[in-house]
Amino acid sequence: MRLRTLLFSACAAVTFAGTAIAETLTIATVNNGDMIRMQKLTDDFKAKNPDIDLKWVTLEENVLRQKVTTDIATKGGQFDIMTIGNYEVPIWAKRGWLKPLDALGANYDEADLLPTIHEAVSYDGKLYASPFYGESAMVMYRKDLFEKAGLTMPAEPNWDFIAEAARKITDKNASIYGICLRGKAGWGENMAFLTALANSMGGRWFDEQWKPQFDQPEWQKSIDYYVKLMKDAGPPGASANGFNENLALFQTGKCGIWIDATVAASFVSNPKDSAVADKVGYALFPASGTLGNHGNWLWAWSLAVPAGSKKDKAAQKFIGWATDKAYIDLVAGKEGWASVPPGTRISLYENAQYRQAAPFALPTLAAIKAANTAKPTVKPVPYTGGQFVAIAEFQGIGTAVGQQFSAALAGQVTPEQALRNAQQLTAREMTKAGYIK
Amino acid sequence: MARQGSARRKLVTTVIAWTFGLAIFFPILWTVLTSFKTEAEAIASPPSFLFFHWTTENYAEVQSRSNYFGHFMNSVVIAFGSTFAALAIAIPSAWAMAFSPTKRTKNILMWMLSTKMMPSVGALIPVYLIFRDTGLLDTRTGLVIVLTLINLPIVLWMLYTYFKEIPGEILEAARMDGASLIKEIVYVLTPMVVPGIASTLLLNVILAWNEAFWTLNLTTSDAAPLTAFIASYSSPEGLFYGKLSAASTMAIAPILILGWFSQKQLVRGLTFGAVK
Repeated sequence: MRLRTLLFSACAAVTFAGTAIAETLTIATVNNGDMIRMQKLTDDFKAKNPDIDLKWVTLEENVLRQKVTTDIATKGGQFDIMTIGNYEVPIWAKRGWLKPLDALGANYDEADLLPTIHEAVSYDGKLYASPFYGESAMVMYRKDLFEKAGLTMPAEPNWDFIAEAARKITDKNASIYGICLRGKAGWGENMAFLTALANSMGGRWFDEQWKPQFDQPEWQKSIDYYVKLMKDAGPPGASANGFNENLALFQTGKCGIWIDATVAASFVSNPKDSAVADKVGYALFPASGTLGNHGNWLWAWSLAVPAGSKKDKAAQKFIGWATDKAYIDLVAGKEGWASVPPGTRISLYENAQYRQAAPFALPTLAAIKAANTAKPTVKPVPYTGGQFVAIAEFQGIGTAVGQQFSAALAGQVTPEQALRNAQQLTAREMTKAGYIK
Repeated sequence: MARQGSARRKLVTTVIAWTFGLAIFFPILWTVLTSFKTEAEAIASPPSFLFFHWTTENYAEVQSRSNYFGHFMNSVVIAFGSTFAALAIAIPSAWAMAFSPTKRTKNILMWMLSTKMMPSVGALIPVYLIFRDTGLLDTRTGLVIVLTLINLPIVLWMLYTYFKEIPGEILEAARMDGASLIKEIVYVLTPMVVPGIASTLLLNVILAWNEAFWTLNLTTSDAAPLTAFIASYSSPEGLFYGKLSAASTMAIAPILILGWFSQKQLVRGLTFGAVK
């Protein structure tokens, strides 16, 4: 009897010891194709780490952002790994909300990260998030329409050429519009494009004393250019168009030029979904000619560990697995080179197989290299960020300013009025936040 | 001649009613149709109404990617749990307010209604902190409590309105026959307001089923209901309309079927006491 009891106790102890060692990581991620693919491939991670279990929370970007912000700000501790963008990384790292990543594993080659991306996810020289995939913005255009109009797209076009070409290839009777640009209001919608446009034309959001700059000629020039061009060569109802609406227009052959995120290249060149897959050409985000600044945007969906997580080591182990070079090889082996997460590693762009499978690889690399989040425009700025300003207040201000420019595009207010309103509301919010007196 | 006129009027009314009904139902119909299209067809312009290549690939993808049954069960428990809890509190409260009103009854009712005017986001952080400290984050119990409190003003108001329609003399007669308070509520009052209670129940199940703000913010995975299931299929960049439509169809189907079968009860309850 005593022996049985002893054996039973020993078994129970072993079972409980096993349970105590196994850890479950809760991972919050965004519903993008690359992340969904990562979820499907996690058997590889589990096989290598049988003591770590994974629980996924996949959400739409805005819902995810609200949820993870609430959780991290209140130290809720619901997540062990969060998918965040380079907008959040410097703000959250500065507040001590993220753990620095220093245990990503021996195979994690930090020096292989593209320098612009590495800088975008670092704070004080330390990595606070590991980039999963990166993107910038570039020009996508219809080679057949350009040929028909007798035009040749330069590798590095300027805004004057884009405007001229867009007007020339517009054929409204055939429902072909020269250019499709974002018009829907939002800090991550029209303001992503308009901030990049203004950067390239020498504009900036704030001067060194955080004074808003919408009353400066650079912004006037940018908004005038945007509104006039969209009126002449844009699709009807453009003020309601975001990324997905423009994607649909381009894929169905209704846009001559589309300037947007590099991730779009894989959608428009996929013959399964795009009617113009074999007719798409790519070029660098335009500059204004004299300044030579592309003002390009840079975004990196990255994995980070919130300060509240108690499973720091296991979380970093997973991040190391998901963002090192071996993961890229794993995706390539299972789903082909065209499906690997782009925009983070130098070695990927040196890989001939990838360059052959993805015709947009080199233009994407050129776009990412052209982005400079530390110096987004020619004039000095007190902030970092390409298509955004990395301060917590920007989400609210960016969307409010975006509403003004969306209204200008819809013809409800003049560009001058929209700029005056933008200046006023930004100054009010920045005063309230204590940046200016 | 008069008969002809009446037939014509009936026909016109029927046509108008059907047109109106179909117009309201159209977004749901469009969602269902989109769920059977490929992603390329889902974004095609001009869109095709019925003549497209029908496919169930979106449903297959949704099934393989998410645990629909788990989300569904969470929705059932949260929606019905919070509704029954709200009814348990509201029935005696509404009875007291309807049959033994005081000077402050109306004020209390108005105050309860005013809590619905406050934007939910204003209370998110305090509620989140309470939930964090009490271990209620990502639990069905936590959501049942929150949704019970959120729906309580509406449940109470509806029941109060129904109870007010009951003539006080009936209760007096019961009391004269020696019925106790409990017996009065259970045997006299409740059977008379069954249609009202049933419609309150149905309406609140629908409200709780559709509630997205709190369910999304207070759950992660274990207690995540169908609202979280839908939220995982929308994306700011990419092709997702087909999959999102399939997920939405799967999420609204149960409540749509429930509403269809109980529509008589709903209409009866909502118009209870309207013609008097």
